[in-house]
Amino acid sequence: MHLRQILAAALLVVSVSAPAVAKDARDVAKKHVEFGITVAQKGLWREAIYRWEQAAKIDPNYPAAFNNLAIAYEHEGQFEKARKAYERALELEPDNQLIRQNYELFKEINDRTNRRGSR
Amino acid sequence: MTARTAAAVASFALALTVSACNDVYEVPIETPIQPKMDVSPFQRVLIAGFLAGGSEDVDANLETVRLLRSQLRSKSQLKVIDADVLPLLELANEQRTDKGETSANGASPATPPPAGGPTPASNTTTQAPPKAKDVQQARIKDEKDLEPLEGIFANVDFWKKIGEEYQNPLIVTGSVLFTAHARSGFVQREQEVIDQLGRRRVVPVRTYMERKGFILQPKFIFIDGRTGTTIYSEGYKEEVLYSPQQTTPALSSYFELMDRLVPSFLSTLSTQKIKGSRVLMK
Repeated sequence: MHLRQILAAALLVVSVSAPAVAKDARDVAKKHVEFGITVAQKGLWREAIYRWEQAAKIDPNYPAAFNNLAIAYEHEGQFEKARKAYERALELEPDNQLIRQNYELFKEINDRTNRRGSR
Repeated sequence: MTARTAAAVASFALALTVSACNDVYEVPIETPIQPKMDVSPFQRVLIAGFLAGGSEDVDANLETVRLLRSQLRSKSQLKVIDADVLPLLELANEQRTDKGETSANGASPATPPPAGGPTPASNTTTQAPPKAKDVQQARIKDEKDLEPLEGIFANVDFWKKIGEEYQNPLIVTGSVLFTAHARSGFVQREQEVIDQLGRRRVVPVRTYMERKGFILQPKFIFIDGRTGTTIYSEGYKEEVLYSPQQTTPALSSYFELMDRLVPSFLSTLSTQKIKGSRVLMK
């Protein structure tokens, strides 16, 4: 009986604190994402990649982190990584038109490269 | 809808969406496209010459060599070799003749002209009769005419010898078919009309029209000058049509069509960057 009470209490603590932890993670990840945007706008794409990779690691369910990461990989010519990041972003937020449009533009270039490769 | 049109529509939609959102940032990006070929073993490139045919108004061999050399000079790391343009059509014909003789009397195949020396086209002592080039070019009207001559590209000894003469460069050769063509059919164009209220309006009108233009079909072949073997090849087909009122010189059309192909050609040898924009999100 005593053990059952302890377990119930622990469960209660976890269920109450989990959203708070997730929110904290999102807040930290968002700071990385914002800083990444600032440096990317200055053309510092490698630093941006580092920031967005951190954001994606801290909050693996943050679509913006993966979208931005995909763009940065694309800019660096790392097409396979870009594709995976776009797909993850779309998996997290399938109805986001911005991510989808970014992905369409990426695919157009990627397909053209692959067409040349298969000639 | 083609991929390019779809991308343009997506890009426009993207711009519209961005203007309506606060937490998004449109950024310009340059996507690097890696060259299809590994050109690291080469420091120099020789645009040797092309099997050319089609319209007699344009010397497609000479013009293609000139254009590609000038493009590579400004947009590639490779040093472009200045050499006489090979009269490839004549050489291919000679090789075919020699091949026939080879089976009969064991004669060796036609050898390339010496580096820097006069080419058979400019050599007055050549056995080819005057205007032989014109006669041979006139015979090349379509792909079928080119086919029997394309064996020259597989002649490893021939290309190896050229490679030796120019210190083993990357050799670019191939065929260029530039032909006039006409097509009739319905064309949609815009026409200004005045409605019952006296207002001017532009309406799309479908008109039956016979249009004339040109087709450009180049095939670029990249040969390793050290071994004489083909490393890579790619073919293209572009066409342009003009309304009957338009008089466009053949040479202008040739350059118009080559302009479309040159980026693809260059991206085979060197990294090209495609400019675009994407949307970052918070």
